[in-house]
Amino acid sequence: MAKGDPGASTRGRRAAPRSRKAVTGDPELVQLLTPAGERIDSVTGPDGTEYRVDFTDEEYRGLYRDLVIVRKLDAEATALQRQGELGLWASLLGQEAAQVGSGRALRAQDMAFPTYREHGVLYCRGIDPIMPLGLFRGVDQGGWDPNEFKFNMYTIVIGAQTLHATGYAMGVTMDGRTGGENGEAVIAYFGDGATSQGDVNESFVWASVFNAPLVFFCQNNQYAISEPLERQTRVPLYRRAAGFGFPGIRVDGNDVLATYAVTRHALDNARNGQGPTLIEAYTYRMGAHTTSDDPTRYRIASEVEAWQAKDPIARMKAFLERAKIADEGFFADVDEQARREAIDLRERVLAMPDPKPVTMFDHVYPNGSPLLDEQRAQFNKYFDSFEGSAH
Amino acid sequence: MSRIKRFNLPDLGEGLTEGEILAWLVKVGDTIELNQPIVEVETAKAAVEIPAKWAGQVQAIFHPEGTTVEVGTPIIAIDTDPGAGPVESSTADLPAPSAASLAAVEVAPAEGAVEPGLIGGPAPGGRTAVLVGYGPRTTTAKRRPRKGATPASVQTDLAPVVPVQAIPATAPAVAVSPAPAVNGDARVGGPVLAKPPVRKLAKDLGVDLRTLTGSGPLGSITREDVQRAASAPAAAEPLAVTATGPSAANFGADREQRVPVKGVRKLTAENMSRSAFTAPHVTEFLTVDVTRAMKALDRLRGRREWRDVRVSPLLLVAKAVLLAAKRHPMVNSTWAGDEIVVKEYVNLGIAAATERGLIVPNVKDAGRLTLRELADALTDLVRTAKAGKTSPADMSGGTLTITNVGVFGVDTGTPILPPGESAILAFGTVREQPWVHKGKVKPRLVTTLGLSFDHRIIDGELGSKFLRDVGDFLTDPEAALLAWT
Repeated sequence: MAKGDPGASTRGRRAAPRSRKAVTGDPELVQLLTPAGERIDSVTGPDGTEYRVDFTDEEYRGLYRDLVIVRKLDAEATALQRQGELGLWASLLGQEAAQVGSGRALRAQDMAFPTYREHGVLYCRGIDPIMPLGLFRGVDQGGWDPNEFKFNMYTIVIGAQTLHATGYAMGVTMDGRTGGENGEAVIAYFGDGATSQGDVNESFVWASVFNAPLVFFCQNNQYAISEPLERQTRVPLYRRAAGFGFPGIRVDGNDVLATYAVTRHALDNARNGQGPTLIEAYTYRMGAHTTSDDPTRYRIASEVEAWQAKDPIARMKAFLERAKIADEGFFADVDEQARREAIDLRERVLAMPDPKPVTMFDHVYPNGSPLLDEQRAQFNKYFDSFEGSAH
Repeated sequence: MSRIKRFNLPDLGEGLTEGEILAWLVKVGDTIELNQPIVEVETAKAAVEIPAKWAGQVQAIFHPEGTTVEVGTPIIAIDTDPGAGPVESSTADLPAPSAASLAAVEVAPAEGAVEPGLIGGPAPGGRTAVLVGYGPRTTTAKRRPRKGATPASVQTDLAPVVPVQAIPATAPAVAVSPAPAVNGDARVGGPVLAKPPVRKLAKDLGVDLRTLTGSGPLGSITREDVQRAASAPAAAEPLAVTATGPSAANFGADREQRVPVKGVRKLTAENMSRSAFTAPHVTEFLTVDVTRAMKALDRLRGRREWRDVRVSPLLLVAKAVLLAAKRHPMVNSTWAGDEIVVKEYVNLGIAAATERGLIVPNVKDAGRLTLRELADALTDLVRTAKAGKTSPADMSGGTLTITNVGVFGVDTGTPILPPGESAILAFGTVREQPWVHKGKVKPRLVTTLGLSFDHRIIDGELGSKFLRDVGDFLTDPEAALLAWT
């Protein structure tokens, strides 16, 4: 989906646009779409950058479609886990806008390093949404080609991918692939909990010192599993960047438009040799940390309800309706498409074959290994010793 | 092909074995949609709603609310095509299926269109057809037979096959064979067979797996084997250093034992080091004549309403400490960095030597108890501790502690404070000693009290007054009670 550039166009045409200036150093976040669905035409960030988007109606509708489908597929995966078809699922419920906004802000040549929750970004990168379900079903290791889709494998180790991304981004510079529209930028996803990890802080240091073309995209969903944000940090997370020597900015992570604008701007800075940026997408994990978690044990219902009112999809829908960009027919059509894709996902998950045990020897070394070949042969022999074995 | 599908309780959270049915959200006869929440289940990790795996009509519910169900057990049957007329025989009134019948159902191609080998279809080895990944087996058969084995060996000890009435055509003769009996000799000299949790248990208990003979399948060592070995008489413990003659002047590692530091020992070590090197300890001693108090105890034992109560000198010491703490509340406090937390309640800790090591359970809010209640609480606490059943809650939150070193026959000690507490009283043995009583030296029952306290909070004056009060009570409990209460 081609999107217009932020800051490149005229004022928005609809829904009484208004302007607002973000106070420097204030934790106030960049927002272009209020929870009630009101459009804010442009916001000036602490460093004077003007954030704005100017999408076509088709592009607005496309973003809405992405949000709804991503949520529906996520809900289906959660149900499949509850039905015993997946070992585990990390739901993105509530974080759709942060993922779709940033995912759509990526240009084709940009490289993304996700956590295990970036199903929305994965969808935006054009990867078949069935892929992570194979991983969580335990039948494969993920299955997509990171180089083809410019989307690395899910990283389970908290924060580790920020180091991978930093090294990769340093490599981009060394290869001379930065500069101009076609320069490559890198984005590293992580959560608020990961900011306490040494890995993340180390990557901040390296990315800063080497001026790596990297955007640190932190989805602050308020909880490191059960640990609330106030027990993780004394300062707003985006301000940490200042200590490392690069800009940090907080964006409303439930606002797909603002997330898009801020991410696109940071990516373009990176690709043009301006170094890293930390984006704190302020959002909320509406569901459990994973299906093995029970959030009612550590947070109260009223908090969840307060965030329910800031839902990323509801505000986008309100905006589309108010601005008459979409009608009932469109919404029904999107719902139907989401339903069909969810059923398709379910059927394909149920049809996933168990991996043959001997395949565990595959993909260990690109060119094989004598030791491994020997083990494979022994394993085959062992397996053949059983009746009716087919491996 | 069957249109009645049974839904087995899945592993809802990475390695769980069971779940409790909290509430059914549907009832038999209800028409349900795909992914409609049908039941709320609580596991060790979370309470979750399970969405329906198929649309249709609820045919049967196998477990009522409040029951704990093993993972892999059917919990509900759903008619996936209720519009197609009645089922041949109703499943709604079927009893919960037996394990054997479940095996039969699951090996049967219950999923209709799904090909064998796929999830949802039949799987070899009696695997559960609808669970995560490979899915746990519900049969007891451990593996397919090796090639060349006589088929008869598979067919021995067949469990009865119970076909499910509602699905008459789908109950092939599936055998549920018990774990093959294995000749233990076959394993001699081979690697030790034990599952990882059992290995962990053995490591924790200090049991050498190589010394055990396994009673499990294939001669593997079971949890019970390890526990039996661990609870064997201590005579087997190789801790006693063998006496050797002067000629064997060897001081090498072969004459040393290395005891792993773990469990209660580790915890005690951590607590004691932390306390000893953070709280500046002061210890004071007081020797008192407790003859009168011991007589009072005897009189108490003689009362009818105290007939069944265990009355020990510890009871009087506890009462003395509680009364003295009421007179000097600062003794019952915690050093919290920039402030002192003085507690109105006394959770009276009693240090107890148990098989697991030193533990300090406490009597909650002991200051509010009558003497009789206190006696019962102490009896209960000691019994629980000796049985090794003291819970973590019983051990947490102590505010003031007594250590009864007298039971070991020693006079007193300089106890170390439990972390977070400001005073601990050591109570020595009570024995006859020459004592000046009314101007003459007489044999009297005498004991020595040792009080350690945290000098950050308690100065010598306060500590001394407190100890003196405890001593006064033990010298003349009746007078102290009259004077203080």
